[in-house]
Amino acid sequence: MGAKMVDFNGWDMPVEYPASIGGGVINEHMAVRTGVGIFDVSHMGDIRLAGPEALAAVQHISMNDASRLAVGQAQYSALLYPQGTFVDDVIVHRLGEDQYLLVINAGTREKDFNWVRDNTRNFDCAVENLSDDFTQIAIQGPKGVDVLQKLTDADLSTVKFYWVTRGSVCGLKNILIARTGYTAEDGFEIYIPADEAASARVWNEVLSAGKEFAIVPCGLGARNTLRLEGKLPLYGHEISDTINVWEAGLDRFCKMEKPDFIGRAALEKAKAEGVKRTLVGLEMTERGIARDGYKVLNSDSDGREIGYVTSGSPAPFLKKNIALAYGPPAFAAVGTPVKVEIRGQGVGAQVVPTPFYKRPKKA
Amino acid sequence: MAYPSDRKYTKQHEWIQVSGTTGSVGITDHAQEELGDIVFVELPKVGSEVTAGKTFGSVESVKAVSDLYSPASGTVTETNGTLATSPETVNKDPHGSWMMKITLKNSAELDALLSSADYEKFVAEEGGH
Repeated sequence: MGAKMVDFNGWDMPVEYPASIGGGVINEHMAVRTGVGIFDVSHMGDIRLAGPEALAAVQHISMNDASRLAVGQAQYSALLYPQGTFVDDVIVHRLGEDQYLLVINAGTREKDFNWVRDNTRNFDCAVENLSDDFTQIAIQGPKGVDVLQKLTDADLSTVKFYWVTRGSVCGLKNILIARTGYTAEDGFEIYIPADEAASARVWNEVLSAGKEFAIVPCGLGARNTLRLEGKLPLYGHEISDTINVWEAGLDRFCKMEKPDFIGRAALEKAKAEGVKRTLVGLEMTERGIARDGYKVLNSDSDGREIGYVTSGSPAPFLKKNIALAYGPPAFAAVGTPVKVEIRGQGVGAQVVPTPFYKRPKKA
Repeated sequence: MAYPSDRKYTKQHEWIQVSGTTGSVGITDHAQEELGDIVFVELPKVGSEVTAGKTFGSVESVKAVSDLYSPASGTVTETNGTLATSPETVNKDPHGSWMMKITLKNSAELDALLSSADYEKFVAEEGGH
């Protein structure tokens, strides 16, 4: 489709599509916020756990409480190392009585699968790497439901956010349809068999069905600006194997009341000791764009380094330059002025509430 | 895309249009297309010196920062203020959006630059894909 391509963890992926077809990072971003966009996210990984002790296995490796999931329900969670730091973040879907699907990041596919398999050996459940078996397409934005409804016999009005269903999609039977996404908008992700011809056909049918809603194909550029506005973490940036759950501010997805899970003991200890750094949202107050890795400085005259930017970029919908950054808890209060070092100069910014963007509630 | 013949070009995709001893500098259509949506332009202070082949500022797209290289040496006499509020004009009209004007130090430097025909050829060869 003429997209600008880039290597992403070994995957050849579009950054953005040509302006001639309505693309460009900003256009794609705005399409998802106001209409609908389509993403090929097949690079994501899929691990299925099935068997009598599948729930116990998931509970052991995942920090959220999967026992709260009804069949057809999903939740955001993370796999942790014993130190309470991140192996990866994940969406756990309960597909059946004893069947769970973990959807994980592309860059950590192999690491995650090995981790899951190695740490669930003592549970009576089968662990399968289904990553190459599925093409995953995301249809995101307020009009996403209207587009997908044209192509499926499943009644999408009955599928709440973070729930899944199965139905025919573009004539393919029994397709997993999840009301999930990485854009901070309503939307769906569909999992179709990784048959190239069928996948291309579905992609094209979604584009056709979406024409009346001005659907735009979206690449990694918009994927990043959309998730950043919604403060959705990106592995290797806000979360990593050296950052713990409390520092990342993901407390509400970590159920310490669960009897045990990998990382729990370390987190208990870390909580008692108190966090030394915390993730904050920044908005530039002077001209400049804060980017990944830039230093965050004290805004006093000493201008000492106090932290660093994990993810920073212009925010196309908010029309501001925003960033997520790690800094000392003393600097975390909303309104605290700081500076970001941009090409040797300290440029003014301030701590703002997050998420930067929240989608409007439907009336 | 036809590149205007009233100016010279660099291999870093800048152009310089000379009138007397003043050179107006901008980036080419090829550059803006490669960059994508331009969201920020950083220009030098009026009065500062720029050197041929060295950076004079930067242009940022959503995803990345790119340095701007001066086609010639001289003193900055003016910078385009509209680019601070409307950086996207560079995408819309790259050859009409001058970024800075300089008083040339040494017009002979222009001889080393590419003509519009040579630049067009250079872009086509560099393209390949």
